[in-house]
Formats: sequence, structure tokens, C-alpha cells
Amino acid sequence: MAATASALNENTMSQRILIDPVTRIEGHAKVTIQLDDDGQVADARLHITQLRGFEKFCENRPFYEMPSLMARICGICPVSHLIASSKACDAILGVNIPPNAARLRRILNLAQILQSHALSVFHLSSPDLLLGMDSPPENRHLFGVAAAAPEVARDGIRLRQIGQQIIEILAGKRIHPAWVVPGGVSNALTEEKRDHILGMLPDGIAALQRSLDRFRGLFQRFPEEMASFANFPSLFLGLTDGNGKLEYYDGPLRIVGADGAVVADKLRAEDYPQYIGEVAEDDSYLKSAFYRPLGYPDGIYRVGPLARLNLITNCGTPLANHELGVLRTFAGSPLLGSFHYHHARLIEMLHVIERMQELLGHADILSLHVRAFAQPNCEEGVGISEAPRGTLLHHYKVDRNGLIRWANLIIATGHNNLAMNRGVKQAATYFVHGGKLSEGALNRVEAVIRAFDPCLSCSTHAIGRMPLDIQLRDAAGTLLDNICRD
Amino acid sequence: MSDRKPTLATVWLDGCSGCHMSFLDIDERLLELAQEVDLVYSPLVDRKDFPELVDITLVEGAVSNEDDLVKIKKVRAHTNVLVSLGDCAVTSNIPGMRNPFGVLAVLDRAFVDTVAIPRPAPAAVIPRLLDRVRPVHEVVPVDVFVPGCPPSADTIYNLLSDLIAGRIPQSNGGHRFGA
Repeated sequence: MAATASALNENTMSQRILIDPVTRIEGHAKVTIQLDDDGQVADARLHITQLRGFEKFCENRPFYEMPSLMARICGICPVSHLIASSKACDAILGVNIPPNAARLRRILNLAQILQSHALSVFHLSSPDLLLGMDSPPENRHLFGVAAAAPEVARDGIRLRQIGQQIIEILAGKRIHPAWVVPGGVSNALTEEKRDHILGMLPDGIAALQRSLDRFRGLFQRFPEEMASFANFPSLFLGLTDGNGKLEYYDGPLRIVGADGAVVADKLRAEDYPQYIGEVAEDDSYLKSAFYRPLGYPDGIYRVGPLARLNLITNCGTPLANHELGVLRTFAGSPLLGSFHYHHARLIEMLHVIERMQELLGHADILSLHVRAFAQPNCEEGVGISEAPRGTLLHHYKVDRNGLIRWANLIIATGHNNLAMNRGVKQAATYFVHGGKLSEGALNRVEAVIRAFDPCLSCSTHAIGRMPLDIQLRDAAGTLLDNICRD
Repeated sequence: MSDRKPTLATVWLDGCSGCHMSFLDIDERLLELAQEVDLVYSPLVDRKDFPELVDITLVEGAVSNEDDLVKIKKVRAHTNVLVSLGDCAVTSNIPGMRNPFGVLAVLDRAFVDTVAIPRPAPAAVIPRLLDRVRPVHEVVPVDVFVPGCPPSADTIYNLLSDLIAGRIPQSNGGHRFGA
């Protein structure tokens, strides 16, 4: 199953280098790097190796099961799926949910962005950033960070904890809560719980400001990575609030180009098949999404923190907006290099805490009117939200009894698939050369993927046809086994 | 036993990573745990090959593709105490929901129905899906079963505390299916 980095070192003349598995990412993936006869990188590919089948096995189940079922797509961002799924179910009910239900769902989603971004920045990527891309792999993990800089590990753990605790306080459980339901949420917020959450947030802001002070300097140590980690023009997609500020829960979609100009605006979620296409790749279970008017693969676009910052004029909250100014001054606008996803994530973490403070201070936040009731009134529903990694879309069709007939999900990591593959190739070309293949170079190829923070639990929700022909190759490119099935 | 710290591995087969997230939900106790145990193999660390011998291995997820199958057999052969962690590992749970459809019969939902440009389904490099998704104990012997979707952070912390101290935890209270 696994080629070690040391084994790879002995195969510098091989035609194909295999990184298996890619580590410190949220899921199952391999990378192959194809070398030409001169030992230079000819191609590099990211392969997502798991496939699950949610779109199929939800068939004939009642629509109201979908939020809880679909949350199980992902243990990292179950709340995103709860929300996109519930919004699709709201559309099937044909209701406008009470405003305070939307407010509470928003807070839950923001809390999740906080914990998920903390996981990405601190638990998964900080070893590369703090210890260095070439540091010994046996120490390159959160505990290695804890040994070298305990305060960084503690801040990361605390930030993730705050997000998870807010989810638990609101929804009863940290992972896979059942609180978000078609029509709203199942329970209102109490004053005690509100004050409990509000009491935690200043601690989060302090931890983030310490972290930003630290990471701003650390980022400067990676000029080559900034230049080569998926640094290229592309389109950017995400939700907008209509006023040029960050938005995660609702609203029309916007697409901007690499020059910052708006390419398409006020796109409705329901119309997604008109502007988003998906295509199967022959060597990955993850489909690639593309912007239809430009076709495949020219319609490459990115989603997630970097894209969201490229869509807006300002964050809408003061502390985050200040930091956005810092990043733009340094890296320009729009941000084209995917290394900046890390900084973008820290900015968003600051923003979501500020936004939660605002929402929790709303005069009606304790309103008991948090759920609308109805029978299924419509046979189709689309729900959309911004997940930590980008735009998430659930689309269901039901029969007259509300049983699911068909489902399609487009998840953030699928939107980014073309860009991740291009980024893997760009970094491999930059860092991997036949004569001096190093573990650190391969770690950089993996670090590009970490910058995107792909959620491969999410992206393997689909189920497909049995692969027909599997070739198993070792690190030297030798064909070990060939399994065919018709 | 010996003076060395016990070793811990965590393995993620076909699951949602929620059990791994619940492990991280022990929060600041992670740092305390790091003093008592060496995390030698995990999605959270960079080692690519499973070590020669690991004291405790937590397995999240069901056995769903050929890689999972190879991996779990190797993990079992090199682990002292193997824990089936969470409902997917224990029962195959959500991943097993595809079983009634059958892989071959499961149509072209992902790669034909919903795509803009019809192309052959993926076939290169990636592992083949097994006909049936199976819980871990149907494939290899399991020493400890911990249900839950996911098991709570406290459950996982107590489990690890017991195992590190050399105790096999009793399956009573603290966790249940779907909890």
C-alpha cells in the first residue's frame, strides 16, 4: 500500500513516483508524478481513492432523513451538509424558514468554519509552516509543533475547541448533531447558552491575533512555495451578500476572473446546471467541476477561503477587514497563489468570530419561533451554502410522498479538482528534478494539496461504476498487477 | 511491561473521519496524551508505511475497497490491540448502505447521470471497490469494539487511558450505537 519516502529516494530514475498515501489531509489520496526520460516532471496527478455512494443509496428514503444522513458524508464539516441539505429540504417543503432559524443556522455554520479552519491551519499545515517543509517527517505533526512551540499547538487546539463547543452548545453534539431540520432548527437558543458562547469568543479573537502575528512572519519564509503552489490565473466562485461582503449561508453566486472583474453575478443556485458542469477523470473517483461557458478544462475555477476573499470588497467586520488589507497589500488582489489559502483561512476565522458576536447580539436571537412546518409541497429542491472549503450544493428530487428519487451533490473539493491537479503539477515541476529527488520536495507536492484543504470525505460521496481495469504499479513504475473486469 | 512509551496508530478506512475528529475533540488532553503514547502512524502524521509492531491501533471506517482490504490485513498483522472504532467499523453503517444496490448495479449516477461530458468511469491508479462493504471484524479479528457515530471524545479518551494502562475496557455504558 505504501511507498515510503526513503524508498522513493532510491528510485530517482523511475518513470513514475507514487506518493501513497498523501498524509495530513482529510481523506484518501495518492499522487503520481510521471517523469520523462531526462528525469524531469512530465505530468503529476492527484488521485482520490475512495468512493461511497450517497447520491445512490439515499434513493427511496424520506427526504426528512437527508440532513442527518448527508451529515455523515463528512465528520469534519457535517454542519455544512446539514445546512445545504436542510435548505434543499426547505425548498421541498416550499417554506420560508423563520428569520431566527436562519440566524441560528448561520451561527452554527460560522462555528464550523472556525473549527475546520483551525484543523487545517494548525493540526495539518502548521508542521510544514513552523518546522519547515524539509524538517524530519517523523516530527512533522501537531505533537512536533507542540514540542517546538507549545503556544502554537495550544492556540490551535483552543480555536478548534471553541468552534466545536459552540456547535455542541447550540446543537447538542459536536459531530453529526441532529438540530438542523427541514424548516429550521429543532430548539431555540436560551439566554444561558447565548451568554456561554459570547463568553468564549474574546478568547478566540486573542488566540487569532497571536496566531496572525506569528504566521504573518512565517509565511514570508516561503517565497518559492508562494510562487509555485497552484499560483496561476483562474476564475473564483462563491456566495455573495450583494454588498461586496463575506457571506456563508445564502445569497446569489458570483464568479470573478483573475483580473478581479466580475464574470457572472447573481447566479441562482437552482440554475447551477447551466453554469457548472462536472466531468469524470479517468484516474480519480473525484469528478472535476468546470464553468460551462468556458468548457473543460478551460473553465477552471477555485472556491473556498481564497476565492471568497477575491469576491468581496471588504470582509464586513473590522478586525478581519484590517487583516485582509494586510494580505492584499502584500500579495495583491485578486490573490492568485494558493499558498495564500492559509492566510485567508486565518482572516476568515477572525471574521466568523466577529460575525457570531454580531448575530448573538441580535434583538431576536432568543426568539422561540425557529421552525416552519409543512408537508412536501415541491418535487425538487436545491440547497446551497459556503462550507469551510467552498461552495456546497445539494440537489434532491422527491416523489409525491417525499421519498427521494434522485440526488446530486457538488462539494467544494470537486470545484477545486482541476486547480489542485494543476497545482500539484506546478509544484512537482518546480521542486522535483530527476537528479535530486528529496523527501522535502515530495512533502511540498503534498503541501500544495494541504493548502487547498481538500475534504476528501466529502468528495467521495458519490458512487460510480466499477472501474474496469486497474493497473498497480510500484514506485519504479513496474506493473505489479492488472485487474480487469467487464 | 517495558519502559518505552506505548505506540498508537489510527487508521481511516471508509468512513467520514468523524471518529478521528472526535479523537481530536479530547482537545487539550491531546498534549497530555502525547506524553504517554507515541502516535506512530495516522492521517495526522507523515509516516507512509505501517510500523513493524504497534501496541494500539484505532480503526475508523468499514472495509470498502481493495486498498482497505490490503491495509487492514497488514494493520492486524502488526498490531497488538486492534480497536474497531465507531459504527462504520463495527457494523459498516453508512458505507454499507450501498450493499443492497450492488456495485455493478449501482449505476452511472456519479459518472454518467450527473456529468456534462460523458467519459469512461475512472479506472487508472485508483483501487477497485469491493462488491460488498464489510465491518472490520468480518475481515480480521478485532479486540475491542467501540460503537458510536462518532464515539464521544470522553469515550475515546477513557478507552485510550485504559489501553495505555494495559487494561482492556469493558463494553458497558459510555457509548452506544448512533450516539
